[in-house]
Amino acid sequence: MRTQSQLSTIKPSFHLKAFVNWRLLLLLVLCIFMLSPVFTVIHQALLAPSDLNQHLNEFVLPRVLANTIFLVIFVTLLSTILGIAAAWCVSMYEFPGRKFFSWALLLPLAIPGYVMAFVLLGLFDFSGPVQTVLRNVFGNSDWFPNIRSGGGAVLALSLCLYPYVYLIVRGAFAQQGQRALEVAQSLGYSQRRAIFSLAIPLARPWIIAGMLLVMMETLADFGTVAIFNFDTFTTAIYHTWFGMGSLPSALRLAAWLMLFVIVILLIESRGHKQRYTSIGDALSNPRQKLSKSKSFISSLFCGFLFSLAFVIPMLQLLLWFFEHSELALSSRYIEFFFNTLMLASLGAILIAFFSVAIIALQQSLKIKNNNRKTAFFIQFLTRLMTIGYAIPGTVLAIGLFVPLAWFSKLLINNFGFSSLLFTGGIFALLAGYSIRFFAVSYRPIDSQMQRLSTHFEEVSESLGVVGIKKWQQVILPLLKPGLLTALALVFVDIMKEMPLTLMTRPFGWDTLAVQIFELTSEGEWAMAAVPAVAIVVAGLVPVYLLNKQRDKHIQN
Amino acid sequence: MFHKQFSIALLSLFFVLSGCEKAQNTSETQKASETQMTEKSQDLVIYSSRNEQLILPLIEAYQKETGTKVRFVTDKPEPLIEKIKAEGELTPADILMTVDAGNLWRASQAGLFQTLNSPVLEKAIPANFRATNNEWFGFSQRARTIVYSTDRVSPEKLSTYEDLANSNWKGKLCLRTSKKVYNQSLVAMLIAKHGVEKTEGLVKSLVSNLATDPFSNDTKTMEAILAGQCDVAIVNSYYFGRMQKKDPDLGLKLFWPNQSAQADELSGVHVNVSGAGVLQHAKNPENAKHFMEWMTGSQAQTILAKGNMEYPVVGSAENDPLVASWGGFTSDSQSLTKAGELQAEAVKLMDRAGYR
Repeated sequence: MRTQSQLSTIKPSFHLKAFVNWRLLLLLVLCIFMLSPVFTVIHQALLAPSDLNQHLNEFVLPRVLANTIFLVIFVTLLSTILGIAAAWCVSMYEFPGRKFFSWALLLPLAIPGYVMAFVLLGLFDFSGPVQTVLRNVFGNSDWFPNIRSGGGAVLALSLCLYPYVYLIVRGAFAQQGQRALEVAQSLGYSQRRAIFSLAIPLARPWIIAGMLLVMMETLADFGTVAIFNFDTFTTAIYHTWFGMGSLPSALRLAAWLMLFVIVILLIESRGHKQRYTSIGDALSNPRQKLSKSKSFISSLFCGFLFSLAFVIPMLQLLLWFFEHSELALSSRYIEFFFNTLMLASLGAILIAFFSVAIIALQQSLKIKNNNRKTAFFIQFLTRLMTIGYAIPGTVLAIGLFVPLAWFSKLLINNFGFSSLLFTGGIFALLAGYSIRFFAVSYRPIDSQMQRLSTHFEEVSESLGVVGIKKWQQVILPLLKPGLLTALALVFVDIMKEMPLTLMTRPFGWDTLAVQIFELTSEGEWAMAAVPAVAIVVAGLVPVYLLNKQRDKHIQN
Repeated sequence: MFHKQFSIALLSLFFVLSGCEKAQNTSETQKASETQMTEKSQDLVIYSSRNEQLILPLIEAYQKETGTKVRFVTDKPEPLIEKIKAEGELTPADILMTVDAGNLWRASQAGLFQTLNSPVLEKAIPANFRATNNEWFGFSQRARTIVYSTDRVSPEKLSTYEDLANSNWKGKLCLRTSKKVYNQSLVAMLIAKHGVEKTEGLVKSLVSNLATDPFSNDTKTMEAILAGQCDVAIVNSYYFGRMQKKDPDLGLKLFWPNQSAQADELSGVHVNVSGAGVLQHAKNPENAKHFMEWMTGSQAQTILAKGNMEYPVVGSAENDPLVASWGGFTSDSQSLTKAGELQAEAVKLMDRAGYR
């Protein structure tokens, strides 16, 4: 709550005047920019003829809706459980290999979902080595679960997506320190009760942030499910567009998907509690030493997760890589590698800066308009800006491209610009990445913000440190852990991004992901291991830096 | 400390960004003035859904021969079509190159292509491999045919695509997903031949003969036959070629169906094309036309045929030796325009038949 002196300067209730201020206008303008693909999609959806409706309702939607609900629920659950469990182990306990797993468990981030799916399919399908061995030993493998199924898709997506939860929640546990456990002990709680009724509720903003990212990415996923031929709402969108040739009908489906996501974001903004007010002196106490059997279980769990999510797919990729390593030696790969790093780092910095700016705007608006309705409205606007992460890539790509083309025609015809924005530079590409990956950057920073006590701002203001200075000197350093997480996540996500890059890259800006597209579009999966391995190698850089920074942070 | 790092990072970001834009802009304007001076441009821009490895050798050969500077961008066919639509008359592209007649037909329907009056192309390319209105032209053929296990199937038992719907193939058939345009075109051609009702019956029977759920690609489908999950499948011949190149003693063989077909069956093997058309708003239409004609020349046809083990459209061109070893075949004589016209119908039919 505000202090009395500040309260007197605050308008007591919802007021029109509060709306006509530059901060809110700026937020609205940014929101309109971020939602431009959504508007395009809705505009086109309204043009849709209804002739396909009956067909879709009868033969396509019932099945894909059931599949999608199944997929979203189980991927979110499994990723969250894996992410929290792994984060808990490495931040709370001391066991053999802890230090290694603490960063190694992040590595699966760099493996694109479609690559994971293809590797799992290769290993566990009927014709793969596992079932072949089983048949040789037992005579048949009919009892083996079919990997080309909902279960297979859940497994592949969860193995790729749990690191989002892991990374974000690990930050929470690290800051929380052993405090939750100590409090629990003083209350005479059992270890289990301490975890479920103290530590996890305390980490709630982080957990929700991670879960929402996983959920949105699952909704938008096409590449992974397509490999298992598991039909979801997103595949139905492409089915309608590519197969039946009706883009408007496809976009109408996409509009429904967006509506669903908007409802979720609305619920999330409503259910928002007060800021949490504990910031830990990270790991002030040593981690808990485990008994022999318990530390064995911890090592085993982390080892198993790491092998399944990283070692096995990597081994397969490396096998393919060495079959085709002559590809990697071509000078063009240096260019692809450079382009990828360039776009990913530019994009990550740009989007992180953008997120901080939005959060600063949001905070200052909240302080200026301290009433529940306005606060909710502002909260919802910023949440709405994250929607790009839940829109299937190719839909987002045309949703962005159409208004961009319109805008650059405007510039060419009226202001003497010489070329289309997207052929002239990487501006369009970076704009697209911002819309797509804002969620990935905003979530960790925002949950960090929620963790900061409002006292920090109050104290700094009372010392005369206000405005941008307040942010530079007080808040930004405190946001650093969230900011680093955001940078790493966006960096890796941009490297893996395909549809936007394909559509808006200018000539000569081919990336590693584009190369994967080229090779897999005609089924050359083994060759595609070369760019895939390069992506993983490039992904090691931010993971390494993130970890180094974190260690330094903890030591200080 | 930290905010300093942050502002340095931001500053460098802006430098780099403005640097990129500038560099691009000057080269653009230079190019624009060059084109104005020399009247006839030396540029050609291609949008292609045919992937880089396959078109790069063609483009390199063309550049070497003509000195024309070719630039290209790849993407999936549908986004490319939308991209060209959105760019409108400002599109930098001259040619859209893509696989499957269905995609070419769709681009033509969207009004993206211009009619190309070229005696060279009309003479070189058989009528069923190009648009009736001369808006697009096929440059290579791809055969979608039957592949079978040499261990468990004797070729005498195989005859036509339609025959795979017979109940004696129950539990022995593997198929790729209906979401792949190759299967959509095949079913479209079946509809062209048999009408919707009969084709729907055929597809339903095919589905009931399936040994397992449809696969997401042709290679996995053939691996399932090798592993004993099923005995026959329908695949594009070049995927088989790739597997055979790796393992010459592969337990699989191609079969050319419908070779002595009755009147109520497809009149030959289902083939599709990869092809291209010159765009309505092409900036270098002369170069584009020249490139299109060059594509029917012997050098280009050989590169096309050998690069991916496809079949040339020009009869005199030479096949890959491995491809030649599979023998010749008669292809279905229906015009490929049908594959486009009936694609949506085919997709709906497969949905109704439960073919995923």
